[in-house]
Amino acid sequence: MNVLGIPKQILALAFIFTIIIAALVVARMLFIPPSFGRYGHYRADAVDEVIAQEINYAGYEACIECHDEIYEPKEKSHHKGVSCEVCHGPAAKHVQAPDEFVPGAPRKRGYCPLCHDYNPSRPTGFPQIITELHNPGKACMTCHDPHNPLLPHTPEECSACHREIANTKRVSHHASLACVRCHTVPDEHLVHPKFALAQAPVEREFCGECHAKDADTGRDVPRIDLDTHGERYLCWDCHYPHHPEAR
Amino acid sequence: MKKKKSAPLSRRDFLIICSKALPFTGLLFFPFTANRLLFGQEIDEYDPTQHDYAMGIDIHKCIGCGRCADACKKENNVPKEPYYFRTWVERYIISTEGESYVDSPNGGIDGFPDLKGDIDILRTFFVPKLCNQCANPPCVQVCPVGATFASRDGVVLVDEKYCVGCRYCIQACPYGARFLHPVKKVADKCTFCYHRLVRGLLPACVEVCPTQARIFGEVGLRSSPLRRFLRFNDVVVLKPALNTKPKVYYAGADGEVR
Repeated sequence: MNVLGIPKQILALAFIFTIIIAALVVARMLFIPPSFGRYGHYRADAVDEVIAQEINYAGYEACIECHDEIYEPKEKSHHKGVSCEVCHGPAAKHVQAPDEFVPGAPRKRGYCPLCHDYNPSRPTGFPQIITELHNPGKACMTCHDPHNPLLPHTPEECSACHREIANTKRVSHHASLACVRCHTVPDEHLVHPKFALAQAPVEREFCGECHAKDADTGRDVPRIDLDTHGERYLCWDCHYPHHPEAR
Repeated sequence: MKKKKSAPLSRRDFLIICSKALPFTGLLFFPFTANRLLFGQEIDEYDPTQHDYAMGIDIHKCIGCGRCADACKKENNVPKEPYYFRTWVERYIISTEGESYVDSPNGGIDGFPDLKGDIDILRTFFVPKLCNQCANPPCVQVCPVGATFASRDGVVLVDEKYCVGCRYCIQACPYGARFLHPVKKVADKCTFCYHRLVRGLLPACVEVCPTQARIFGEVGLRSSPLRRFLRFNDVVVLKPALNTKPKVYYAGADGEVR
């Protein structure tokens, strides 16, 4: 038989090719998910599967809706940036079923030091304690209210907050000097450190009170001639006052 | 009396059965209303083409408490052990000799041990790390099956059902942000908490960061906290020479941070 003058062999080949191509098309339809390639080289349904993941952290706005009596004082305290779920743990279940799932609160001594234990890598000025020495054995909450973490009494020593500088100064030649010998510290600074800052000296002449040639200080104090010694610079450009070797 | 085998259902019986089944027809529509019922929020309106997310990290503010790494594990059900992380905190110590030491014991979740006394510290700081959500992601390029992809809002996601677990993306990531999920045996990584974003929530790590060292927001929105962060800080991205175009910006990053 000869259709339209096409040889039999060609027809047979065309038939085989049609079957192969049809098989490929069917296989493609079977194996490639329908949403693949809708937005790119991926399965678009996968995005919905990611979205379907369960939420565990409700977010602080959900907490405020019911617990505004705690939120309001907290928002004015030093912990205002600390979301409720940082300490209380994920609470989305509590939002859905307030009575069945009640989030806990860390009451033991070990939790607060995660942030407040002294660590030289933490930023300067962040309130830190040496946990082993700071009222050992007592739970933090006996003195500090975590929702309004004011100090139970005004700290007497600067090192309570400025531990890193105090540690450096302790091994320096300035060890015997009190911080307030150089820094003017308003009383308010001890209560609200951010609102009333302590002041540091601004003039060369201040260091000169002890270190100038004609200063009325002990014989062991190193002397310089203020007029010739690095006249263009401030003393602390070269000498770190808490560690006063020039290097 | 012997019951007829193929008795036609009487009209009365049919109506009784129908009335019994009526309460269950609501179940048919449950998949469509589930989101509204479970989360109280409409997510159908979310339009991914209208969003472009990025994260800022202020290294000067990071106190290394590891709450972000902990919250990430709890939010995304990453097993506590073995030690895989979607986000983690690294401690950098740069000695006076100029050598840098980096460690991250358990991602920083349990705090950092005391420094060894024999290092003369020049400076030291914490750096939170996570998937950089590259605009030009190497992990997506290498995936042989199309199981990892950048969604239309620019977040790089993993298709758990399509991933074959070949680990190619894990070794392609220059930031070490990917791992093979020990239970699911598929690649896993930070999704910027995509499931939270579409419902208008912040990623879990940003939510819990007590010092606001992590800033999250839209790149395209002038009022977003991220744009403010980018305006007021000198920011760098990690490994810019690789041209991955990361979307995690670091402020106050030392040259040693990689």
